[in-house]
Amino acid sequence: MKLTLRVWRQKNADSPGAMATYEVDDISADMSFLEMLDTLNEELTLRGEEPVAFDHDCREGICGACSLVINGDAHGPERTTTCQLHMRSFSDGDTIDVEPWRASAFPVVKDLVVDRSSFDRIIQAGGYISVPTGAAPEAHATPVPKPDADVAFEHAECIGCGACVAACPNGSAMLFTSAKVNHLNVLPQGAPERETRVLDMVGQMDDEGFGGCTLTGECATACPKGIPLPSIAAMNKEWLRATRKARKVGR
Amino acid sequence: MPRTLWDSTVGKKTVMAVSGLIMLSYLVVHMMGNLKIFFGAGQFDSYAHWLRTIGEPFLHYEWALWLIRVVLVAAVVGHAVAAYQLSRRDIRARPGGYVHKRARASYATRTMRWGGIILALFIVWHILDLTTGTVHSGFRPGHPYQNVVDTFSTWYGNTIYIVAMAALALHVQHGFWSAAQTLGVGNATRDRLLKTLANVLAVLLFAGFVSVPVAVMTGVVS
Repeated sequence: MKLTLRVWRQKNADSPGAMATYEVDDISADMSFLEMLDTLNEELTLRGEEPVAFDHDCREGICGACSLVINGDAHGPERTTTCQLHMRSFSDGDTIDVEPWRASAFPVVKDLVVDRSSFDRIIQAGGYISVPTGAAPEAHATPVPKPDADVAFEHAECIGCGACVAACPNGSAMLFTSAKVNHLNVLPQGAPERETRVLDMVGQMDDEGFGGCTLTGECATACPKGIPLPSIAAMNKEWLRATRKARKVGR
Repeated sequence: MPRTLWDSTVGKKTVMAVSGLIMLSYLVVHMMGNLKIFFGAGQFDSYAHWLRTIGEPFLHYEWALWLIRVVLVAAVVGHAVAAYQLSRRDIRARPGGYVHKRARASYATRTMRWGGIILALFIVWHILDLTTGTVHSGFRPGHPYQNVVDTFSTWYGNTIYIVAMAALALHVQHGFWSAAQTLGVGNATRDRLLKTLANVLAVLLFAGFVSVPVAVMTGVVS
């Protein structure tokens, strides 16, 4: 099929960007969206033009590297990652707008590539468990009730792609942070740091300049991994509990 | 703890949720009180007078009323300041939107900020009109029935009031459910219940409040 692409081009973080229009032809419906962009970049390279920079890695929908807002939707029209989006979701003759994630906490590096290291710093603030290193512990040593294991796994599915922030009209990272907090806070391994984790991660999230949550629900709709909106309420509950406890121990 | 609350986006939302619920419970009582107008001038005016005597003789005349007013002003100020600061933050966090525009979230959700401003302006007018009588020509203190009928006998009185009540219904519809999420009460199993409650509250408040100007316009109350 033949498509018109309008792609955000921006030389670097300091220069202003703009949409540039490109025509691509002979696109197969079985190509992934990223393969379609590869085709465009091949043509651009042959013409001696600068190829479009975009993030990608595993192309299997599990690494969280790809990050495009396609026709106003994070990861495009299907509920999946951009790498798992196929051109059969579009029709011959379509005009497709491709933009980078938009949020102050995700500054554009070049073209469609944004700097998501603010997510790394939220993880560094508490998205881990402190265990002494050594031999792997006996798997049966710490029993985990099945419902808790299910909740933890549901949240562990978050790949940290940032679609939630990109979709949020406030550029809020609440869904991402709640996925990470809930993942560890329901597990016995996460219990020793249950309070500090939620307080520190929410604190870091605020420090990075993400917006607040107004419960629009756009994040959960965009999430390729289906992290549900009630996760945010669950994190708020954890935060309020930790704040009350912190006062008691005079933290 | 107060600083931890106010310094965090989650804490500020908690302030908004609690102050919002305080105002919401006041509105439910206010709306039910308003319906006394359907029992005639005598009932309505004596009800209005009773509001000033609540708690007597333990409390002095009008003390309970002033206590309620202080709590309400604190709730309005806390709610508005938190909303302003959070909105500023949200706009900074997302400067410039996408080139490819599409409608995001529900109408009630999108209009929370402007709806809130409309409600704040309405409260000012409402107090100047029916509490102090500053913008109400021929205002008679102690005769609320007559004053209410006067206000709703003007086209602008009705327009301002009904527009504000529509804004209120939308604000409550998203606000009540949102407050539940912020306070950590929401979860997947309770979601439908909370959304239904929010809708019921919004509809009841709108119907209850708007029934008064409609009754005056149709001559049921005069």
